[in-house]
Order: sequence, then structure tokens, then C-alpha cells
Amino acid sequence: MTQTNEDLLDDDLIEHAPVKEELRRRLVKGPDGVEFEVEPLRDYYCEAPPTVMPAAYSKIIEGLFNWARAESLWILGFGTGCGAIEMRPLMTPRFDAYRYGIQWRPTPRQSNLFVISGYLSVKTLKRVIRSYEQMPNPKYVVGLGSCTINGGMYFDSYNTITRLDEYLPVDVYITGCMPRPEALLAGFEELKRIVRAGKGEGANQYAERFDWYKANQKRVIHDWDMPDYNW
Amino acid sequence: MSFEWIKIPYALLTLFIVANYGFLLTAVMAKIAARVGRRHGIPVWQNYLDLIKNYGLRSSITHGVMFYMGPVFRLTGGVGLLMFVPTLYGTEMFSNMSFAGDLILALYFVFFGSLGMALGAGESGHPYSAIGVTRGLSQVTAAELPFALAVYAVAVQYQTLSVTEIVAAQQGGILQWTLFTNPIAVAAAMLSFLGTMMRPPFDVVLAPQEIPIGPPTEYHSSYLALMQTNRAIFPIAKIVIYMNLFFGGAASWPAFFLKVFLIYLVSVIVGVVFPRFRVEQSIRWFLIWAVPLGVIAIMIA
Repeated sequence: MTQTNEDLLDDDLIEHAPVKEELRRRLVKGPDGVEFEVEPLRDYYCEAPPTVMPAAYSKIIEGLFNWARAESLWILGFGTGCGAIEMRPLMTPRFDAYRYGIQWRPTPRQSNLFVISGYLSVKTLKRVIRSYEQMPNPKYVVGLGSCTINGGMYFDSYNTITRLDEYLPVDVYITGCMPRPEALLAGFEELKRIVRAGKGEGANQYAERFDWYKANQKRVIHDWDMPDYNW
Repeated sequence: MSFEWIKIPYALLTLFIVANYGFLLTAVMAKIAARVGRRHGIPVWQNYLDLIKNYGLRSSITHGVMFYMGPVFRLTGGVGLLMFVPTLYGTEMFSNMSFAGDLILALYFVFFGSLGMALGAGESGHPYSAIGVTRGLSQVTAAELPFALAVYAVAVQYQTLSVTEIVAAQQGGILQWTLFTNPIAVAAAMLSFLGTMMRPPFDVVLAPQEIPIGPPTEYHSSYLALMQTNRAIFPIAKIVIYMNLFFGGAASWPAFFLKVFLIYLVSVIVGVVFPRFRVEQSIRWFLIWAVPLGVIAIMIA
């Protein structure tokens, strides 16, 4: 192989400007002495864009699934802003959301509800997008607090997004700053109604309008150093 | 020896009853633990809903063949354990595939699921899975040691390796139970029981508050549903062994439900009282408190 490490780096730099060192294409020498090329963005991530996933063939089955999805909301334990503090009373005896089939999961792979809790800085938005894309298909987003609707008190902040639904498909907004845990429970009940009616199709909407969402996301995230889709 | 084909539908019936009982029982136990925290906890039917939802998820990805096989092995461990010990003593219908040397096979099946899970979770490539598997295997190994010692003590006591014969020897009154004829072995086994039920203080492997959430980090949709099914069957299957070896077995379904509930409750009560151990603490705990009891049980026998 005549290509050196530097040549490979130069190739890559033309495509995306600010790619982190560890994400660049490079030559790696394995423990057995064989040199091979590693391109982290292509080798370590699935880059295929999301597709629209059809509902179950039978209406009755889909109805059953929708009912089960509504009654078993697993929230991704990712507090993005100050609103995450409202989750704790929901887990604990005062409000006890477990009664309503709402549980918290620590990994995006197992959760189907993403609660964007409060203001979303651009830096966090990047992580939110990655986590959202890793969740399996029927997935729902709840925007918690005024910040997700119009920016709230951060309406003119330089590093906070103002409208969440430009970046992710949102099912339910819960207004307030902060909304009380009761408001959250009411919001979750509203989400359950939407899901049971078969209208919780945010994941398919995301797949349909993928280019639009990506363009919006890339407009605010300037150091885009990840693949376009992180499934 | 001829094989009775009717055993297959009988075994499936056992499996059906045990799986449903397991789903309800784990939810009831979650409710009991929640009541200790002054919550109401999940509804008793929540496990079914979670299961349907997980089967109903539309997208799933795989990380390779072992990623598929992990949950399958796990479920095989639970079902196999249940199939090879008599669920109800003295009934043709629910004695399943039990045979003369089933005790050794049962010991093997207890461990089988963990190993399968280790392979599957290892292939998912997630660092949390690898850490979880390391912790889980070391803890389960330490917890299995006193159980194995207790099982051999009991086998020596009754001079047989057949679970059915061990149950038969315990019939005729509560004082015939191994619990009273060989209390030290039962004590060692019950300490080991705490360690393998994945409840506090020994749930550092799966606890969402520690490394989230250990081996199943990458598992989702149908894979996770299979593992949930196993989480309903496996504890019951393990308790069936304990019930048969130490608590006189059960001759009818009501007695079975009651004994399984009470044995399960032991681990729940301990779990809500004591805080979580780290892995090295729990291994040390097993080696200091449980293993000597097992050794003493063997020496007495």
C-alpha cells in the first residue's frame, strides 16, 4: 500500500470540513501485523436512511398493537433540559406514573417515548437526534415546556433551538414553564389517545420528510461530525 | 424405555400455566416492592402489554447470529430447566420429562441461559453489555457455588440424583422436608437463591441506575420480548427446583402457586430491605457466608 495516513485524511477533509480526528479514515495496524483501512463513519454506523414502515396487515392486529403501545410507554431516560426535574416526582410515590404503564428505560433501543424536557441547546440537539434515531420504529416525542414550542425564555438565545418540530416530529406539546407533574400525566394521557387512534406515526413522518428534517438539523448544527443516520 | 408422546402436550400445558403465572407473579412482586416504597406500581397485567408492544415494534436490527441466539439460549435455559424437573409431584400429567439423573441436568440448565446471554450480548458490541456480562457471570458463578454444594449434600443425603425420588423422600409431613432434615444445606442454597434472582442486593448486573442496563443494552423489540418471557419462566423454574429439593415439592396446583409465591417472596423481602452490593462485595459475601455453609453441609452428609 502506497497511500499514507496523510493522503487519506486529505481526501476526507474535502467532503466534511470539521471531522474529529477519531472519526477520520485511517490505516490501522492490527495485533497480527496486518494493516487495514478503517473508516469509522462507514464501518461503525449504519448509514441507510430510514424507511416508512407499514402498519400490520390486519386492522385488528394493528389495533391490538396500538392499544399495547399506548398502555406501555417506555420513556428514554435522557433529560435534555431543566424540565427533567419534573420526571422525578412522576417516578416516586407522589405521582407514580408506573400506574399508567409509563416506565423509564435507560437505553434508546428499548424505549418508544422521548420526552424533550425543556430547552434544547444545539449541542444537546445533536445527541437527541442520535438517540431518537436509535429508537425502534413506532416512537413518540413529547415536547415538555414552553421552550420546545417557541423557545420560551431562551427565545433569543444564540445556541438554543426555538421550535422543536422543525428538527423532530413531535406528537404532543405540554405547555408551561415548568409544567407540573399533573400536566405531564395529562399530556401522557393525550398521547395515549393519539397512539390508540393510530395517529402516533412520528417515525414514519420522520422517514418521509427525512431530507427536510436533516436540512433543518444541519442548518443549526455546524460541527456535524456523525453520519446522516445513526441507526 | 418407550417414549410417551402424550408427554409433549402435557409439557406444553405446564409451560403455558407457568409462563402465565410467571407474568402475573413478577408483576405482583413488582407491586409489593412498590408498596414498600409507598407507590402503587405497575398494573398486574402490565407484563402482557409490554410483551405485545415489544412484539409489535416495526423495526429491529441485528448485530449477527449470536445476537439472535442469545435470547433464544436464554429462553431455552428457562424452558429446559422447567421441562426436566417434575412440576407437580405424583401426577403423570405434570411430571414433564423428568428422569433418573435430572438433578445434574437441572444444575447445567441454571447456568446455560447466562452463558447464552453472554455470547449474545457480547456480539452486540456495546461496552455496557460487555461490562454487564463480566459482572453477571462472575456474580452468578459465585452464587452457583453454594447452590451446587447444597444440591450435592442433598443428593448424598437421599442417595439419589433424581428429583422425583428426592421429593418422594420428603412426603409425609412438614418435618420430612429437607428444610428440617438438612437445614444447613437449605440455608446455603437460599443464600445462593438471593444471588441468582436478579433482585437487590444482587442486581448490580441489570440495574438501570448502574451501567444502563447491563447485558441487554442493545436488545429491543422481539429479542427483548423473548427475554421478558424468560424473565417470567426462569425464576419459576428455578423456584420449582428449590421447592422440590428443599420444601417438599407440590402435589397440586394451589400448593404449587402458594409455595412458589412464598419462596419468591423471600428474595423480594430481602431485596426491599437491603441496598445493592457491588460485584466484588457480593462475591466476597457469597464466599464468606454461603460457601462455608455448603461445605459444612457436604461434610455432615
